[in-house]
Formats: sequence, structure tokens, C-alpha cells
Amino acid sequence: MSEPGVVIVGAGHAGGSAAAFLRQYGFTGPLSLIGEEPLAPYQRPPLSKAWLKGEADAEALMLRPDSFYSENDIVLRLGVRAERIDRDARTVILSGGEAVPYATLILATGARARRIPLPGLDLGGVLALRTAADADQLKSALGPGRRLAVIGGGYIGLEAAASARALGAEAVVIEREPRVLARVACEALSTFFQDYHRKHGVHFILDAGVEGIVGGDGRAAAVKLAGGDLVEADAFLVGVGAVPNQELAVDAGLHCSDGIVVDLEARTSDPAIFAIGDCTRRPMPLYGARMHRLESVPNALEQAKQAASALTGRPAPAGEVPWFWSDQYDLKLQIAGLPFDAVQTVIRGDIAAAKFAVFHLDAEHRLQAVEAVNAPPEFMAGRLLIGQRKAVAPDKLRDMSISMKEVAA
Amino acid sequence: MAKITYIAHDGSSRTLEVKAGLTVMEGAVKNNVPGIDADCGGACACATCHVYVDEAWMDKVGAASAMEESMLDFAEGVKPNSRLSCQIKVTDALDGLVVTTPESQH
Ligand SMILES: Cc1cc2nc3c(=O)[nH]c(=O)nc-3n(C[C@H](O)[C@H](O)[C@H](O)COP(=O)(O)OP(=O)(O)OC[C@H]3O[C@@H](n4cnc5c(N)ncnc54)[C@H](O)[C@@H]3O)c2cc1C
Ligand code: FES
Repeated sequence: MSEPGVVIVGAGHAGGSAAAFLRQYGFTGPLSLIGEEPLAPYQRPPLSKAWLKGEADAEALMLRPDSFYSENDIVLRLGVRAERIDRDARTVILSGGEAVPYATLILATGARARRIPLPGLDLGGVLALRTAADADQLKSALGPGRRLAVIGGGYIGLEAAASARALGAEAVVIEREPRVLARVACEALSTFFQDYHRKHGVHFILDAGVEGIVGGDGRAAAVKLAGGDLVEADAFLVGVGAVPNQELAVDAGLHCSDGIVVDLEARTSDPAIFAIGDCTRRPMPLYGARMHRLESVPNALEQAKQAASALTGRPAPAGEVPWFWSDQYDLKLQIAGLPFDAVQTVIRGDIAAAKFAVFHLDAEHRLQAVEAVNAPPEFMAGRLLIGQRKAVAPDKLRDMSISMKEVAA
Repeated sequence: MAKITYIAHDGSSRTLEVKAGLTVMEGAVKNNVPGIDADCGGACACATCHVYVDEAWMDKVGAASAMEESMLDFAEGVKPNSRLSCQIKVTDALDGLVVTTPESQH
């Protein structure tokens, strides 16, 4: 048995980054990274965007080249699943039965695509989009003359629809709510995105219940809507959110609540165990005592830095304003902050020209969140203002003759 | 291939062979050069790949797009030779390029 060091479970964006930061910050002890997927850590965002459209290759997806791990003395064990944590013995038990000792354990198990109890989900042609393997399947199902039906109008579903159009396939998005992005964007933004997608030939079926997916010979042929209507397609993407992979932590008795609960050092209720990335529920220091689950690359990186800093005795990294981006067609959407306590929205710019931002203010006119479409100054200045928690006059935000530099000054 | 030198704010530096076609950011990230986090993976959405381009190389590197300019406008410690390294594609003509990472990114 090797000397116990840092063991990271989950070789995704958070786990791979934590290993790199630990070495960058001078950690010289044994370091291993255990991942269930056959690939070294890679980036998921391009799976629904540049990669799906064929604009980025497999190599570009990789977070680091394979040689990076051996060069940095990181033991990378792929295609192995951690099955159980024995906290008393400080070991992780792998799928083969091997017990790996740890001094510190970092859980970076991410999230998985939510499965809804729908008849027909197991039919061939019904896909989810979380892993590179999922993306391979989806890509091979798209092309001219094909039709993609997306169940769920979230970011991943919309990005996949846009990429399908770019590949010459038809796309139809079926959404339960009266608007797409209902959980994650304001109404103005939802409406804008719907219109933009329609202009690019995407069809929407909103306010629609789905009864199941029907087909024959083991292959899916159509989505059956609540009213009985059938939406025929060749490929079916179910994109209805993600659930945190917290089972290892729950079974080990760590405090979990729809996500592994961590503090601002990314430490769980067991001081020898950290958790980072999509699998966590974390404090949101800019937003009072709230705990929240963030599913984004910036969050995975921030928490990877928190854990690596705590483990190497570096000062804690400065708190970041949570943010997110999405690319669809020629639109760059950048979102900063979360509109928890927002009571007022201010629109700046020209929605019809696809260049605008929606600001969300609280009762004291402090900026809570900004949603910016092709508007980097609004995003960048907004992110600063959210972090400063300063009040901003709504009239100033609205006034295009005042530059964002002046607004933020 | 181009040799690119990445200098940290404290003066320490690393010179790496970066394949043509990759970006200056990718050359750094793939080799774990500190100070270039590249949160957005090159989507020109985060400005965490900000570098100062050595004055002698400014012309060869070319001009920033309007999108990049407006991101840079708000980056910390921006200077006339600031660029987002994910927007600089490596070509053989950039062999010998020198970039410095800002202190705020360390
Ligand atoms: C299609 C798509 C598009 C996205 N677009 C964006 C975007 O534009 N911007 C953005 O900020 N974010 C985006 N995201 C979200 C972003 O990819 C995630 O937030 C990020 O990957 C989280 O990193 P993570 O390491 O926490 O989880 P993951 O990257 O999911 O990695 C977790 C890894 O742990 C492994 N694992 C789980 N359990 C075990 C176990 N028991 N044993 C061993 N290994 C295990 C999993 O197999 C997986 O490889 C997107 C996600 C997807 C799927
Ligand atoms: S990597 Fe995000 S802007 Fe360059």
C-alpha cells in the first residue's frame, strides 16, 4: 500500500483542476486522481457547442495533455469507480475491491443528467448530454435530413438545438413551462432566445406535458405529448437538469442536502474530506446566509482553488462573483450573480439588435445579477458592481450615453 | 511550432514549444503555467487569460477584436499591450514570442 496523500475522486473539471492547482501551489506529497470515465479530465462546455458543431477536436477538449499527469507525479486512474468511503480507516474502496488510503480526500464527483420517469426512455435514440460519450452519440445522430427533438428548454437543450441547426438538422424543443430557460433566466431573456432560435428555424412546443417516448423495434420514433399529439424525430435529447453525485458522501454520513454541504474552504463536515464542483452545496457570501448549488466551470475552478489553498497553507483566494456563459449562434450570453433578492429589472441596450443587458437590482438598488447578450462591458462592469455591493441608480444603468466604465466608477 | 516565453509577475519564466494552431492560452494551460486560469476555456468570456505582450511583438500578434477590446477594458491592470491570450493563435511567425502574466492573476 502506498503512503496516504491526497486522493481525488472524480476526474472531471473540478478534480483535474484541483490536482493541477495542488502541484502549482507546491504540494509535493502523493496525489492521485480516480475517475470513472475512460478519459483524462476534459471540458464539457464545448460538448453542446463548438465540439458538437465540429469546430473543436477531441484534443482541444482535454483540460491537460495526458503527459501532464506523469510529468507532475499525479497518479491518474481511469475507468475505476469509487464505491465507498471508510472514514474510520481513511480509505476509499474502488470497484475492484482495492482500498486506497488517504490523508485527505477530495470528492469531485460532479453531477449526472436527471432522469425523469418517462415511458420509453430506454428506447434506442433517446440520449442525454453529460459526457463525451453522450456527445459522440448525439453528434452521430445529427446531420442534414435528420430531426432532433429536445425535451427540456434549458441551456444545454438550446445549445444542442442551435448546434443541430448548424449541422443542417431540424430541431424542435419541447418545454413544460410557458417559456424556455424558465428556471435560469428572466422572462425578457427567455423571449429573446425563443425568438432568435425561431429565426434560425427551431420549433418550440411550450407549456407542454410529455407522456412518453414511443417507437418500435427498440428504437424511439416520437415524443408523445400529454394531449396525445406525436412529435416525430430521429434523435431525442432529454435535457431536464442535473442531479449531484452525492451518494458516496451520503453513505459515509457526510452532511448533504441536495449536494455535499461544504464551507468556503470547500471542506465537508469531515475535516479530512473536501468536496468541489457540481456535487456541492456551498455558501454564497455575497448573498447572505444562503447555501446554493452552482453548476458551472468557474465554480468548479473556484472551489478547486479553495481546497488546494487550504491544503497548501496558502491564503484563501478572494471570493468570486458566480458567473456563467453560453454560446448560441452568434450570441454570447454572459451571466454574473444570482437574482435572489432582486425586486427590479433594468434593460440597457437594444434587444432587437441582439446587444443588450438585463440588470437585476435589490430594494436598495444594489446589483444582484446581470444577464448580458453580446454586451461584454455590461457583463464585466456588472460583475464588478455585484462584488462591490454598491448601489447603482437605475437611470444611469439604462442610459446608453453613460458608458459602463462611468457607471462602474 | 513556436517557442513562447511566459514570464510571471515575479520575473520567473518558462519557455515552451507550442504547436501552431493552438492559442497562447492553450500553450500555458496545457503546461500548467501559473497565472493563466482560462475559466471559459477560450470563449472570450472571462478575461482570466489576460497577458501583456512584449512590445517588440505587438505588430506580429495583430489587433484585438471589438469583443476582446471590451472585455479587456474591464480587466484588472490593463495596459496598451494587454491581450487575452486565448485570442492569439500561435503560428510559426510567433516563434520567440514573450508574454507576461499580470500580478492579479496569481
Ligand atoms: C453539455 C454541457 C455544457 C455545459 N456548458 C457550460 C458552460 O457553457 N459554462 C459553464 O460554466 N458550465 C457549463 N457546463 C457545466 C460544467 O461542465 C460543469 O459545471 C463542470 O463540468 C463541473 O465539473 P465537476 O468536476 O464538478 O463535474 P464533472 O465535470 O461532471 O466531473 C465529475 C467526474 O466524476 C466522475 N465520477 C462521479 N462519481 C464517481 C465515482 N464514484 N468514482 C469515480 N469517478 C466518479 C464522473 O464520471 C465525472 O467524470 C456544461 C455542462 C454540460 C454537460
Ligand atoms: S480564456 Fe476566457 S477570455 Fe480567454
